[in-house]
Amino acid sequence: MSGAEFVPLSLVPMLTGIFVAVACALPGNFLVLRRQALIGDAISHVVLPGIVVAFLVTGTVTTWPMLFGAAGAAVVAVIAIEAIRRLGRIEAGAAMGVIFTAMFAGGVLLLEQSDTSSVHLDVEHALYGNLESLIWLDATGWASLFDRTALATIPVELPRMALTLVGVALFTFVFWRPLKISTFDEGFARTIGMRTGRLGLALVIVAAIAAVAAFDAVGSIIVIAMFICPPAAARLMTNQLEHQVAWSVLIAVISAVSGYVIAGYGPLWFGFASSVSAAGMIATMSGVLLGLTAVFGPHRHRGSVAAEGF
Amino acid sequence: MIWDALLLQLGYNATLVTLGAMLLGMAAGVGGTFLFLRKRALVSDAISHATLPGIGIAFIVMVAFGGEGRNLIGLLAGAAASAGIGLVAVSWLSTRTRLAEDAAIGSVLSVFFGFGIVLLTVIQTLSAGQKAGLEGFLLGSTAGMLRSDAVVIAVSAALTLALVLILRRPLTLASFDPEYATSTGQNVTRTDLAMMGLVLAVTVVGLKIVGLILIVALLIIPPVTARFWTERTDHVVLIAGLLGGVSAYVGAAISAALPDIPTGPIIVLVGFAIFALSLLLAPRRGIVSSLLQYYRYQKRVHLRQGLLALAQGQPIYERLTLRLLRAEGWALPDGVATKTGRSMAAKAMRDETRWQILRSDPNFETASTQYDGLTPIESVLTPDQIRDLDKRMDLHAVVTP
Repeated sequence: MSGAEFVPLSLVPMLTGIFVAVACALPGNFLVLRRQALIGDAISHVVLPGIVVAFLVTGTVTTWPMLFGAAGAAVVAVIAIEAIRRLGRIEAGAAMGVIFTAMFAGGVLLLEQSDTSSVHLDVEHALYGNLESLIWLDATGWASLFDRTALATIPVELPRMALTLVGVALFTFVFWRPLKISTFDEGFARTIGMRTGRLGLALVIVAAIAAVAAFDAVGSIIVIAMFICPPAAARLMTNQLEHQVAWSVLIAVISAVSGYVIAGYGPLWFGFASSVSAAGMIATMSGVLLGLTAVFGPHRHRGSVAAEGF
Repeated sequence: MIWDALLLQLGYNATLVTLGAMLLGMAAGVGGTFLFLRKRALVSDAISHATLPGIGIAFIVMVAFGGEGRNLIGLLAGAAASAGIGLVAVSWLSTRTRLAEDAAIGSVLSVFFGFGIVLLTVIQTLSAGQKAGLEGFLLGSTAGMLRSDAVVIAVSAALTLALVLILRRPLTLASFDPEYATSTGQNVTRTDLAMMGLVLAVTVVGLKIVGLILIVALLIIPPVTARFWTERTDHVVLIAGLLGGVSAYVGAAISAALPDIPTGPIIVLVGFAIFALSLLLAPRRGIVSSLLQYYRYQKRVHLRQGLLALAQGQPIYERLTLRLLRAEGWALPDGVATKTGRSMAAKAMRDETRWQILRSDPNFETASTQYDGLTPIESVLTPDQIRDLDKRMDLHAVVTP
């Protein structure tokens, strides 16, 4: 395939997909180990009302109001879940279930009631986004990557996702030791003076930022899949956290690339005219990889011991 | 219009769907209670998202055989099959690999849903079949439903409810005391399987009404709400069934009156409104009642401490104590005891002294555990025992000047 076709049509969505996948997989490693894997699911449900309210207030679909709306909704959800859990003395999972379904339902109702026909905002878009629509119109080939005027028109989702990825990676790198210790032995972390409560909250906030930034570009389904599947698959490959994170990044990248390629070009190979949902296919590919590791992964069983001596 | 809907005046189809929704809501409330008690509420989220690929495949198969792809029974059968596969995948991942149940739930949920979305976009490109309406399975839509579909929903909801009622006893036992259930010869693994089958049935029947994204709410919110109103399990089951039925009935009726709005979100929000009211107002566990209990307790402590201070002639600096004492008419604004106040203070002092003697006597070990500085001694001892104590009190007064 020539650069003249690939760069304008596929480069941006593919890179965005990769950035989303890695930005979600990094905090996902710790969430899976801490048994908080479903937080990604909850976050991606509750941001919908926030985004709809932001749209109703500003009347446009632009980046910053959306991010603020989504972040606000996430904060409201966390407070509501805590309040229900403490005031009503209800188990955390059930409290989460009550809040995220109710907020998602509220978001859908608001969306259906308001006039969004002029903008690209509907429930389907929120669920599975539109990765394919991130077309870089001004690009003519690989040379455009060094052309300043062409770079100015690159879809805003790509630099935003790149920035998010840098932020998430920086957080993981800077807080590596505290995160590692508090994930595996919270009691010990506390005895050596770590503020494990704050660290846990920071992890959830970072996950929420990644989810919210990714949400608008690719929809919630890919976000949930990337939070859980690559880290879970990586968990079955190794016993060391460093290796697990590396595996999860690799698996996330493979899912994003293969998912995008199969969605975009696979149907053409079989003689169909149009492509299928890239977000859905990326999620599917991550599931296929998880399935493979669950059957063949060297550390798939419980109590699997680290191989020593090499 | 909404009143008409609530009173079932909007035609035969709407009535059938509303009643079907009510039956389904009851089945979901009761079935959800067992799920909630087994702490497996979120497994149903994986099951419901896993229905999507089945719907897509059923549609494609039906179109391939030359049909329109709209046959509800066919679509629901496909949904049930793929939800079953999803359920097996969740339990396989969480028992056979080292992954925890939440990771298994999340991965099955997202992967099956993602694959379902892929199939939906494939269906978009098919030229044959009536593909409009498949999106209705996401959020539920009962507007413009065919007569045959309405009948299917009402009948299958009734069957699901019947199934719940049949399985009620073994499920209750297994949810509360799995060890005891095993010891009575019950196969708990099989009961759990039956429970998940029940959830699967609720999910599949609810697809058209509530939609697959929100069906989990129908299984979680009623039991959580019911828990506020009672401490007894059999009552939780009943109340959850009732609340589930009411929310689904009201929600489906509203949605029949306002056809633009998907049915699922309204049902969920009605359920959530009932939940919020219960959180506030429920007796004992509600927020209002907890606050009242707290203030009542605070008042008792302050009054008691104030009376003891009065009896010993100590000044009272705490404003709240002083205000409460004044409100009772036991003290004047400057902190001096009134006549009733003095006698109440003397009584409090005497009770305190009795308690102290009682607590120093090993014979009263059980009674002295009741001491919290507030309980009146009359509620613990008989008048005879108190008289005995009082004799010793005099002795004390003589011995220790």
